[in-house]
Amino acid sequence: MSFLDRTARSVLLSELVSGLGLTFKYMFKPKYTLNYPYEKGYLSPRFRGEHALRRYPNGEERCIACKLCEAICPAQAITIEAEERSDGSRRTTRYDIDMTKCIYCGFCEEACPVDAIVEGPNFEFATETREELLYDKDKLLANGDRWEPELARRLELDAPYR
Amino acid sequence: MADLWNDVLWPLIIIIAQILLIVLPLLLAVAYLTYAERKVIGAMQLRKGPNVVGPFGLLQPIADGAKLFLKETIIPTGADRPVFILAPMLTFILALIGWAVIPFDEGWVLSDINVGVLYLLAISGLGVYGIIMAGWASNSKYAFLGGLRSAAQMVSYEISMGLIIISVLLTAGTLNLSEIVQAQANGVWYALPHFPMFVLFVVSILAETNRAPFDLPEAEAELVGGYNVEYSAMTFALFFLGEYANMILMSAIAVVLFLGGWLPPLDMAPFTWVPGIIWFALKVCAILFVFLWARATFPRYRYDQLMRLGWKVFLPLSLAWVVLTAGVLVAFDALPQ
Repeated sequence: MSFLDRTARSVLLSELVSGLGLTFKYMFKPKYTLNYPYEKGYLSPRFRGEHALRRYPNGEERCIACKLCEAICPAQAITIEAEERSDGSRRTTRYDIDMTKCIYCGFCEEACPVDAIVEGPNFEFATETREELLYDKDKLLANGDRWEPELARRLELDAPYR
Repeated sequence: MADLWNDVLWPLIIIIAQILLIVLPLLLAVAYLTYAERKVIGAMQLRKGPNVVGPFGLLQPIADGAKLFLKETIIPTGADRPVFILAPMLTFILALIGWAVIPFDEGWVLSDINVGVLYLLAISGLGVYGIIMAGWASNSKYAFLGGLRSAAQMVSYEISMGLIIISVLLTAGTLNLSEIVQAQANGVWYALPHFPMFVLFVVSILAETNRAPFDLPEAEAELVGGYNVEYSAMTFALFFLGEYANMILMSAIAVVLFLGGWLPPLDMAPFTWVPGIIWFALKVCAILFVFLWARATFPRYRYDQLMRLGWKVFLPLSLAWVVLTAGVLVAFDALPQ
């Protein structure tokens, strides 16, 4: 009986036909395509994208040159040099991130005691030359100014879980 | 002088005009078949397919064509130059000249010859030369293996295809394609009485045109690209166009033999208003959809499975059907006169 059953199935191409039926059904289903540059997917508040150095609301930069980020960076992508500023506070004179070395692990962000260095939501920072990816302090601060509203919102959303 | 004009030049101009009238829409159809393929397969895989170039991506085939035209033709140092260049031209030409005997509508046929079916079998039999020449001339292992596979596959499936056609010929009593269509006007389309053979024929033309799930000659997973790995730019485009033109040609043959060519599905008022060429095009599109549908559905056959299917399933089945058809026709004295 099972022989008959199997033969009938293979002669009537039942499996091939049901496969065709499945693909035909799928043809009319809604599509998952995201029209990328025009449509973008959801990003978690924890998404680790391009780095930024944040400022306090009064415009003072947050970074206190504690060098914890430099120490924890597993790729050794961060280079910091610090000096006493004229008003006596400890500030960085140099804060470089080599974005070609960075592995986007987010340890710098976690190590920072003052929420100065953060990884933002921006992932569209491809460049045409390698040099443009060697970020200096000005670039990172500019990133912070550009993304601040979004950065603050993300930190607030993620705060309960920290 | 007047004789030269009337006897030679004028008919020549008419014939060239007719050829252009067939070839130009055909090339357009080939271009949009590639677009349709990407759209249909995309839809079946829950993607959208090309939708950026022009409205709904309709200019995509034009852009692809322009890209292939502008690229550099690379001829490998080890290649046999003349054969390497000749192979894609041969494939393309053979895919086009088959159209000479296809009737698009009543009387709309370039060459109404009485051995139309034989001519088509001969053309599709020659088709393998383009591929095997490409495989040989490329002087590359992948291309060579692809060419050999293609030769074996096309030869195997041509035999059962020939037998399938014989059962149609027995029923129609003619080798002329227009008359085969006319023979279906009186009775039913041959897809109904010969339904198993219709299915076998559609599967055979998938194998004959090297389409998925029988696309072993170009199996990208194991042979990289098969016979066309070494080809680039226009030479590659000719292979590509040739393959798709062959798909359309084979679909047209299936329509003429099994689906009543230009005949409307029912010989009644709303159906007969539509011109025959539209019916013909619609039926060809339906078969082409099956090509794309099968590609989106089935995984590729293994080589021994392909050969087993061709020789141990299709050949005995089609042979048995020829005997059955002949027997029934003789028994009921229904042989066409």
